[in-house]
Amino acid sequence: MNQFQVPNPGASRRTRIAIIGLMTLFGVLTVAFFRLQVLESNTYELRSDSNRLRPFPIAAPRGAVFDRTGRVVASSVPGYSLHVFPSATSGVMETTLERLQSYLDLDDARIELLLERARREPYQPLLVEGDADFDLVSTLEEHRAELPNVVVRMDPKRRYQAARAVSHLMGYVGEVTADELEQEQYSEYSQGMTVGKEGVERQYEARLQGKRGLRYSEVDALGRVVSSPFGQVVEAPEPGVDIHLNLDLDLMEWIHHIFPDSMRGAVVALDVEDGGVLALYSAPTFDPNSFVGGIEPDQWASLNSDPEQPLFNRAVVGRYAPGSTWKLAVAAIGLKLGLVEANEYMPRGCSGAMFVGSARFRCWEESGHGALNLVQAIQHSCNVYFYQLGLRIGLERLLANANEMGFARQCGIDLPRESPGVFPSDLGFWEERFGYRAVETEVLSLAIGQGPNDQTPLGIAQFYLAMARGGQAPAPRILHGEEAGDTWDIGISTEQGEVLMEGLRRVFMPGGTAHLSSVEHWELLGKSGTAQNAQDPQRSHAWFAAMAGPREEQPEIVVVVLVELGESGSIVAAPLAAKSADYFLRKRYGIPTDTIQTLREHLMTGTPARWANW
Amino acid sequence: MKTLFSRWALDSRLILALLALSLFGVAMIYSTGQLNVPSPVVEGAWIRQLVWFVFGLTAFTVITRISTNWIEWVAVPAYVLAVVLLAVTLVVGTGRGTATGVTSFLQFGGFQFQPAEVAKIATILAVARLMASRVEAPGHGSRRSWQLADVIAPCALVGLPLLLVLLQPDLGTAMAFVGILIAVLFWSGIPLTYLFLLVSPAIALILSFNTWLFSAYMVALIGLLYLRRSRLYTFEYVAVLVFNLAVGTVARLLWDSLAPYQQNRVLVFLDPGLDPRQAGYHLVQSKVAIGSGGLTGKGFTLGTQKRFNFLPEQHTDFIFAVIGEEFGFVGTLLVLSGFAYVLLRLIRMATGAGSHFASFVLFGIFGAWITHVFVNTGMTVGLVPVTGIPLPFISYGGSFLLMCWVAAALAVRVARRD
Repeated sequence: MNQFQVPNPGASRRTRIAIIGLMTLFGVLTVAFFRLQVLESNTYELRSDSNRLRPFPIAAPRGAVFDRTGRVVASSVPGYSLHVFPSATSGVMETTLERLQSYLDLDDARIELLLERARREPYQPLLVEGDADFDLVSTLEEHRAELPNVVVRMDPKRRYQAARAVSHLMGYVGEVTADELEQEQYSEYSQGMTVGKEGVERQYEARLQGKRGLRYSEVDALGRVVSSPFGQVVEAPEPGVDIHLNLDLDLMEWIHHIFPDSMRGAVVALDVEDGGVLALYSAPTFDPNSFVGGIEPDQWASLNSDPEQPLFNRAVVGRYAPGSTWKLAVAAIGLKLGLVEANEYMPRGCSGAMFVGSARFRCWEESGHGALNLVQAIQHSCNVYFYQLGLRIGLERLLANANEMGFARQCGIDLPRESPGVFPSDLGFWEERFGYRAVETEVLSLAIGQGPNDQTPLGIAQFYLAMARGGQAPAPRILHGEEAGDTWDIGISTEQGEVLMEGLRRVFMPGGTAHLSSVEHWELLGKSGTAQNAQDPQRSHAWFAAMAGPREEQPEIVVVVLVELGESGSIVAAPLAAKSADYFLRKRYGIPTDTIQTLREHLMTGTPARWANW
Repeated sequence: MKTLFSRWALDSRLILALLALSLFGVAMIYSTGQLNVPSPVVEGAWIRQLVWFVFGLTAFTVITRISTNWIEWVAVPAYVLAVVLLAVTLVVGTGRGTATGVTSFLQFGGFQFQPAEVAKIATILAVARLMASRVEAPGHGSRRSWQLADVIAPCALVGLPLLLVLLQPDLGTAMAFVGILIAVLFWSGIPLTYLFLLVSPAIALILSFNTWLFSAYMVALIGLLYLRRSRLYTFEYVAVLVFNLAVGTVARLLWDSLAPYQQNRVLVFLDPGLDPRQAGYHLVQSKVAIGSGGLTGKGFTLGTQKRFNFLPEQHTDFIFAVIGEEFGFVGTLLVLSGFAYVLLRLIRMATGAGSHFASFVLFGIFGAWITHVFVNTGMTVGLVPVTGIPLPFISYGGSFLLMCWVAAALAVRVARRD
């Protein structure tokens, strides 16, 4: 066997070189690690933190909404959402969902849907319930041990009082959409934030939103949130600003209560003093609370496909032929132009119809009204009188004056999506819309509120508000305390206004179309309307525009009621308007509201109504 | 007085250090399983590593009881078998884990292993036998003058398995073969000039990407050849020059003529474990992990780069980055010291070995391990390019850990004078 000689001079030289080489290599490594871990560690610590920590916004509680009496309309309450965190082990998601079945309503189809979503996004926390109540959350907390990967997240959540009554006025909230994020007003927003979608929630979004806070959550290399969804709060959110509305929530609830369940329509009530919106109701309605935490797709689909269109705001967006309620506009134009005097009788008395050329134009009263002056014509809503007045004004002048009054404009209410009225701007309208030249007799249908004239219930309310205020009115306001200047001017004198008011007053008097809708304590003025429409030629829309106040005094409230296919303004719409106004005034003057009855109801129940002017 | 441990370990100091490194490795693999993100791949890996560690110790116990003569005898058949296995692997091998594009595993029933790991040890034994029979031990006895041609046989012996591994293609393991070759040649006492001339084409290849550097290098090379002209045959002289020039110019031209996607393909071919676009990402995340560890680290299992999966290959090739993140500079220094101690010990053992064969085996193992340790730790901080090469005794990998312990067993066995 070869034996080395020890010591071996040559070997010891190579050994020395090897050791020096080894030390050099390890020296280089040590220097490299020293540089990285000691000299530059601050830089890398920062990069490590920014690697794993991502900022996430914390939703600020939305500002509360109060009505004129300080009642809460909408508030922010703690909301809870349930998430299941993904696990590395297969089957955990399935068993967790199965266990959750005993605590919340999860049918097998829903579980299949959730598992499908979990498969699509295997690393994201799975949202199981967007709006869990507190009882469920506390039950789950008790069973923490068997549900280790279920996480409860708390976010402020919107809660509406009298939700169904205020749905169209308040709107609802929902997650900001991709389209919205591209708009200028949402430049500060980010995905996942809750924003006002309709109504007041959308209109006053900027005030209600508040300032979101910021927290950091840990993410992995692919940006998936992996630690607690609560994260570390860096900036606490600032709650949104509370707002006060002109609304009377009690009145809204009352209207929701008295409006027939099976009917579609709208009610608008305005404060005569400042144009404040006391009530704005549209039926059928929906529950805005169901949108909180994300509305279920099937619920959303059924709301959208419902032929009754519960999401459609009939008070502000819906447009209807105004019918006889619009005769007051014709009367106002006639007075303004000096074409008619208050006590002047039209040359032709009403015989139930009138011939213009060879065509016969009917009055709704087949037996005729006989000879009438303006006040009587308003009281009886006589078509023949207004045909003649319309002809006297002439088509062109009628168009010009009605446009000037604002029947083709928006009222300027502080709500999104308000529809302007539809009214021909000039004679060209007929050619454009219908393809023929307007003939002078077009003025006949316009004069009784038919023809190409569609107004929102809000628009009609605005017109009656102007009359109640002697000719001018501000834009209707929902938000309390910010009064707009007068934007609506009928352009009549005080005396001329008095004439119109007298006509409206007589509508509630014996012989007037709404006499049976009069109520005990208040003086009511108003005008019914029964408007033919394309929806159903057999059944007309029922209108009623009312004003009410203490007797011998100025009216304090204007109420406009529209009932789709209600057939009769005086029978269906008038009592709703009268009882709405009655409720509001009783509350204002401290009279109990549990005895509200119209004259008709007194007669039908046989209770005496000594106050009625027989 | 010999304790039971030292009777078992044969070399208590070396084996104690290796045991510590192995156990630390198991602990670090346990740590890489502690994540905040679901990752079933590393789940329970530490238990498997522990099982393989026990296998390794068993193999160690058996091998240390074998006679050195038999080890010397088995070198040639083992080498032949290893080369055959490598060739077979190229045909029927499978990839595994992240390196699915590589055919480096052979399957026997439910059992998979990497023939390259066996080949490394077999090659060390074979080349040690060759050197022991052909050359004098370093500086020993009557010195025959060295000729460049003397390196051809060892180069061929190591070159064959190296080539087969490169074809898998597994650049990391191939580098270990280079380490073995250079170490053994160095230990055989070959003049350092020759060693330099041997690796000069590789240097030419690297420098060829800068014309000025390459020109300066060529001038220096010609100067060196002129000084050493008396010890070189003319054909050797010319061969070295031509080879350097060819590599430096043709390689450059060839590379430039390739489209970027083709260049990428070459890079991917050289190391399919990484997508070239991702290589930068790996290095950045590794540096962030190590740098953010600071002086004392984030604490065992608490590394955030690791926990949130920013680190690639964290239980295998980049496990040292996890060590750096969780134990800081103190931790990296301790582990590096551990390896330095082991390598130093191998040099000492090689120096004092009882035979040429033993000495070359020990220094061959030194060559393999120092390559693994330097390239693996160096790539985590960007000192060397990122290549898939594991850290001995620490990285996850069953057959790799087993073969590390087989190598350790051979080391302490041959070092023992009977």
